[in-house]
Amino acid sequence: MPEHPPVTDWVHDFDHTDPHWTENPYPIWDELRAASPVVHTDRFLGCYMPTTYEAVREIAHDTTHFSSRRVIVRDVRPPITNTAPPITSDPPEHKPAKQLLLPPFTPDAMKKLEPRVRAICNELIDEFIAEGKCDAAARYTKHIPVRAIAHMLGIPEKDSDQFIKWIHEILELGIKDDATMMRAVQEMTGYFHGHIEARKKNPTDDLITTMMNARDKSGQPLSDGHVLGSLRLLLIAGIDTTWSAIGASLWHLAKTPADRERLIAEPELMPTAIEELLRAYAPVTMAREVMKDTVISGCPVKSGNMVLLSFPSANRDPAMFPDADKVVIDRKENRHAAFGLGIHRCVGSNLARMEMTVAIEEWLKRIPDFGLDPASQVRWSEGTVRGPRQLPVLFGKSA
Amino acid sequence: MAGKLKIHIDQDKCQGHARCKALAPELFELDEFGNAHETGDGSVPAGLEDKAWLAKANCPEIAIEVTEE
Repeated sequence: MPEHPPVTDWVHDFDHTDPHWTENPYPIWDELRAASPVVHTDRFLGCYMPTTYEAVREIAHDTTHFSSRRVIVRDVRPPITNTAPPITSDPPEHKPAKQLLLPPFTPDAMKKLEPRVRAICNELIDEFIAEGKCDAAARYTKHIPVRAIAHMLGIPEKDSDQFIKWIHEILELGIKDDATMMRAVQEMTGYFHGHIEARKKNPTDDLITTMMNARDKSGQPLSDGHVLGSLRLLLIAGIDTTWSAIGASLWHLAKTPADRERLIAEPELMPTAIEELLRAYAPVTMAREVMKDTVISGCPVKSGNMVLLSFPSANRDPAMFPDADKVVIDRKENRHAAFGLGIHRCVGSNLARMEMTVAIEEWLKRIPDFGLDPASQVRWSEGTVRGPRQLPVLFGKSA
Repeated sequence: MAGKLKIHIDQDKCQGHARCKALAPELFELDEFGNAHETGDGSVPAGLEDKAWLAKANCPEIAIEVTEE
């Protein structure tokens, strides 16, 4: 894998795969935001990053100058072959592709899934609670979203480790290693192709079937490429995004006993706390490709470059959020952008909120006291999705 | 005390974040795609004014208008 030289000038040469960024991006974003609402790097074949909420909002709403056809900022820009509608779709193809996926992810639909997620959380806790400690990322947060989305898609939850490997290869290693990414995409496509063939013989009642039965405006079935692309999207987007959000929330609660104790004493604060944790530790940064020259927040933006569309940085903009760097679990006004803004609002946002709420509620019920294990280290992921991949915690008051 | 409140969601702006429905379930409903509409004609019953303002303050798309009649 080609390594990138270390960053010495963040404002003019930023790199979101640099270990300093991966470890603690917040002071870096502050430095970039103080310098300009839009900064540029020559890395990744040329890439802008909007640093303010306003600049992120402008770009997210501008589908004329910015395309979603590439959603990851990478070292290469190969010809576009594997789309994942609707996330990689621009208008006018975007709306019909997205409308197919929205009904299964409404808040009411998520309420029906909630008991299964609650059971998954408790099955996981049963496996490690007697040990008095665990790596909460490896043994808890990692498994909840992958099992939930497998349940919705109608694919075996026991294949979870394979899914997690593909996601790591696509979203992290794939930034710098095209061959690894392409192989993972092809393997995932082959996997879903097998499930589609099986359903032609034995129909089921799940999201794969929903996509197979969907019809376009002219009444025709979707192309195999469209179905496979959307299934890849649901698996890719449904896993380490929420895994990261739950993990960052537990990380915060592990090191902030006051918030933990308050959430236990005042459970009615959970909805605002979840929104605040989403704001403060938003895991997902998307990409856009500049198709036509334009101006964003007074800064010229040239076609041919990518955009690192950092919703997490927008969420830390003090012009939008008072005390943006503080976690305020009863924050009343919170228009955070963790699930994106504009037409590409995350299809799974209601699922993610439900999973986060249930995962934290069930954890706090059974492990009300816990703290970071001083003998081990927290390790964060790199690239498109940020969250703890290693989160060692000790249970009990002494932690 | 100010006059009665009325809410309206700009359908071109709503993207289905569903924050309004979570914060003020009496005032908003969702369609089959999860996009929000104001309940009834958008009139805010007495006692729910704070919820209307809270929903407006939490809509990421700034799609909710609250007016005083």
